[in-house]
Amino acid sequence: MSIQISDPMLPELYKVTKIQENTHDTFTLEMVPKNKTKIFSFLPGQFNMIYLFGVGEVPISISGDPSSTDFLVHTIRAVGTVTDAMSKIKEGQTVGIRGPFGSHWPIEKAMGKDVLLIAGGIGLAPLRPVVYYILAHRSKYRKVVLLYGTRSPDDIIYEEEYQNWQENFDITVETTVDNTDSEWQGHVGIVSALISKKDFSPTNMVAIICGPEIMMHFSVQELVRREVTWNDIYISMERNMKCAIGFCGHCQYGAKFICKDGPVFCYSSIQETLKRREI
Amino acid sequence: MNPSTLPNNKQIIIERQNFQRLLDVLKNQGYQLRGPTVREGAIVYDEINLVKDLPEGWTDVQDKASYRLQKRDDKALFGYVVGPHSWKKFLHPPVLKLWEAKRCEDGFEIKEKVAFTPQYAFIGVRSCELHAIAIQDKVFIEGPYVDTTYKNRREKIFVVAINCGEAGETCFCTSMNTGPQVSFGFDLALTEVIQPDRHYFVVMIGSAKGHDVIKEIPHTKASNQEISIAQSKVEQAREEMGRTMDTSDIKNLLYRNHDHTQWDKVAERCLSCGNCTMVCPTCFCTTVEDVTDLTGEETTRVRKWDSCFTMDFSYLHGGSVRTSVKSRYRQWMTHKLATWIDQFDTSGCVGCGRCISWCPVGIDITEEVAIIQEDKAKEKNDENA
Amino acid sequence: MKMLKTILENHPSFQELEREHLKFVIDNAENIEFKAEELLFKEGEKADKLYIIQSGKIAIELFTPSRGSITIQTLGLNEIVGWSLTPPYQRSFDARCVEDSQAISIDGKALRIRCEEDSKFGYELLKNFTYTVVQRLQRTRIQLLDIYKIRT
Repeated sequence: MSIQISDPMLPELYKVTKIQENTHDTFTLEMVPKNKTKIFSFLPGQFNMIYLFGVGEVPISISGDPSSTDFLVHTIRAVGTVTDAMSKIKEGQTVGIRGPFGSHWPIEKAMGKDVLLIAGGIGLAPLRPVVYYILAHRSKYRKVVLLYGTRSPDDIIYEEEYQNWQENFDITVETTVDNTDSEWQGHVGIVSALISKKDFSPTNMVAIICGPEIMMHFSVQELVRREVTWNDIYISMERNMKCAIGFCGHCQYGAKFICKDGPVFCYSSIQETLKRREI
Repeated sequence: MNPSTLPNNKQIIIERQNFQRLLDVLKNQGYQLRGPTVREGAIVYDEINLVKDLPEGWTDVQDKASYRLQKRDDKALFGYVVGPHSWKKFLHPPVLKLWEAKRCEDGFEIKEKVAFTPQYAFIGVRSCELHAIAIQDKVFIEGPYVDTTYKNRREKIFVVAINCGEAGETCFCTSMNTGPQVSFGFDLALTEVIQPDRHYFVVMIGSAKGHDVIKEIPHTKASNQEISIAQSKVEQAREEMGRTMDTSDIKNLLYRNHDHTQWDKVAERCLSCGNCTMVCPTCFCTTVEDVTDLTGEETTRVRKWDSCFTMDFSYLHGGSVRTSVKSRYRQWMTHKLATWIDQFDTSGCVGCGRCISWCPVGIDITEEVAIIQEDKAKEKNDENA
Repeated sequence: MKMLKTILENHPSFQELEREHLKFVIDNAENIEFKAEELLFKEGEKADKLYIIQSGKIAIELFTPSRGSITIQTLGLNEIVGWSLTPPYQRSFDARCVEDSQAISIDGKALRIRCEEDSKFGYELLKNFTYTVVQRLQRTRIQLLDIYKIRT
C-alpha cells in the first residue's frame, strides 16, 4: 500500500505576478496559484511558509486584503539567506506556498470598540490585512488609530495608502521615526511614546501590536499606564520555524507553539513567558 | 484494542524453543521484524530474522555516562534494559525525504512522490517505550495536523511487548508511572521466565492480530503458578528501580524556577552535544533542509531529527534566542517535564534513563530535579521557621 | 478651550500638588501659541520658561556642523519642554515648532525660587518631573538600540 507522504509539508506552486519595492530592503510580492484560479481564504494575522527552490522556506505573514481571493500578497524584508534570495526574485518566477497557518487578530472582538493599531518596522505588514478588513466593515468599529514607527522616513512602507485610509475611512495614521536628517514633519521618537497622546477609550478598545519584541513590550507598558487591560492587548510573536504545523518544535515559546497557538496572542496569555529570558 | 473484548484473554505459555516460530509467523504475515541485537558494544534495535540475532545471554550495565554489555549467566533473550535506540527511529525516521523538485522553464515543479509504508513488527518493546510511542502519537496524530508518515507506519505495527524482569541503574519508570508492567498498546505481551530446567514466556494477548499470531504457535494455557511467577518477575523489576524522581507539582516547580542557580551549574557540565535528545524516545524535533544536486537542477526537501541544544535551533534573523548553554538545557528539561504537560496533557519523560546513560558528562535528570525540589523543601522550612 | 486650572490640575506632573502649590503654578502660567518653524528657544539661552504642549508638535533639535539641525525627539500633547528647574538654567538643545502649536508657558524662574524656599513644594515638583525625565530617558535608550536594524 502506498500513500503520498507528509501532505501538510507539500507546498502549492504560485507564480509571482508583480513585485513592488517598498524600501531599500523591503519588497511586496503578488502571487497567483499556478493550478487554481483563487487563493485560499485567510484571516488577518495568519502566515504562510514561502519556499524558494533550492534555498529554503520561511514563515511570512500575509499582508494582502482578506476579502480578495484573486491573488496572494506578501511584504518581505530581506533579513537572512532565504529572504535575501527572495529579494532577487523576478516576475514570472515560481515559489512554493504552504498555509495559511496560525491564529488571527481579534477583528470580531474589536467590533463596536476603538481600535489602536501599533506597528514597528516590517510589523506593519501583518497589520495591513486588519486595516483592509476595517475598511470593508468601517461602520462596525469606532475610532481607529494606527501608530507606526520605523528606523527612518525611508523605511516607511505603504505610505501611498495612508491618505485613502485617513480621508475616506476616518482612520488616524501617525508615523514616527528613530532617526531623521531630512525635512521630516512627522514625529521623532519611539512609537510607544505616541500612545499617551492619543484619545481612545481604555475600557472599550482593542490594541493590536506588531513589531520587534522590545517595541511591543514598551507599547504594552504605555497601554497599561492608560489603564488598558491585558485582555484587550494582542501581540504577534516570532520564532524560528521549520514546519508551521507543530511538529518541528523550533517555535516553542514556553508551553506555546508560535505556529499553532500563535502567532497572534492575547497579552494576558503570554505575559508570564514574556518576562523570562532566553525562553 | 481492548483485550477484554477478545475471545481469548487468558494468558498462555510459549516455550523458548518455539520462539523462532513467533518470528517466522510474523514474517510470514508480511511483517519486517525489528528487534534488539548486539552491535558495536550495545544492544540496538535493527532488522532481525532469527532468534540468534537477539542478544541472547547479554545484559547491559548502566550508570551515569556509562553503558557496558556484560555476559549473563543465563541465556535470556531479553535480559537487558534499554539501549541507545528507541522505536521512534522506525516510526519517526531520523532522515525523511519529504518531496523532490526539479527546475523547469518557469521555475520548478514538484515531483509527486509516493512512499511505501513499511509494515513493522517490533519485538521486545518495553512498557516505558509503549508510553513513549503513545506520547509521540499525541504529537503526530492527535493534534490539528497529522504526520502521515508517522501515522501510516504507526497503524501498521505489530507490537510484541516485553515485561521487564529487571530494572537498570538508570531506570525510573515507576516514578513516571510508565512501567515496568506493560499495560496497553501491545498485540502480545511477554514475560520471560528462566528456571534451571525450563525457559519459557508467559504471553498476554492484547489484540485480535495477536490472537491470530498465537494460533500459529504451539502454546499451552498458563497455570496460575506460571502467571504468578511472571508477575513476581515484574515486581522484582519494580523493586530494583535504580532511580526515582519526585514528580509531584513538577510542572509548577520548573515554571517557578526558571532562574534557579542550578541551571548555571548544569551549564558548567553540559556540552550541549544533544545526545540526550537523540536517545530520548519522545523527543520529536526536526529541521527541514534543501539538498540540491551539483547542477542545481534538482532538489530534495529532507526532514531530519534536530536538537534544541544547537544554536541554530532558535535562530531568528541575526541571532539565537537561546544563546547560553544554560537556557538550552533548561529548555530541554522544562519541555520534557513541564511544558509538555501543558502541550500534550502528559509528561514528555517516560523514565527510561537513556539520557542519563548516554550523557557524556553524566548529567542526571533525576538529580537535577531533586536539587530543585530540595530548594523547594528549604523554602517551605524557611516559611515555617 | 480648557482653562489653565483644569489643565494643570489634571496634568500628571502637577495633579498631586497641594492646593496652595497648584495655585502658585497656575498663577505663574499662561496660554501661548507657536507658529510652525518658530523657535521656542535655542541651545545656550537662559532657561526661564517651561512649556506644556496642548496641541501641535515640538521638535527637540541638536545642531551639528556637518548635518545641520537634527531632530532627536518630537513632543506633543501634555509633554513638557524645557525644565528650567535645575542648574545651570541654560537651554541644552533647540526647541522648534514643527506645526502650529498651543502650549502653556510657566515661569520657571518663579517656580525654582519657590522650590528653594519651600522644600516640600520643591520635592513634589522634582519628584514628578524626575518621573517624566526617566520616562524620556528610557525612550531615548530604546531609540539608541536601533531596534529595526537588521542584525548580521
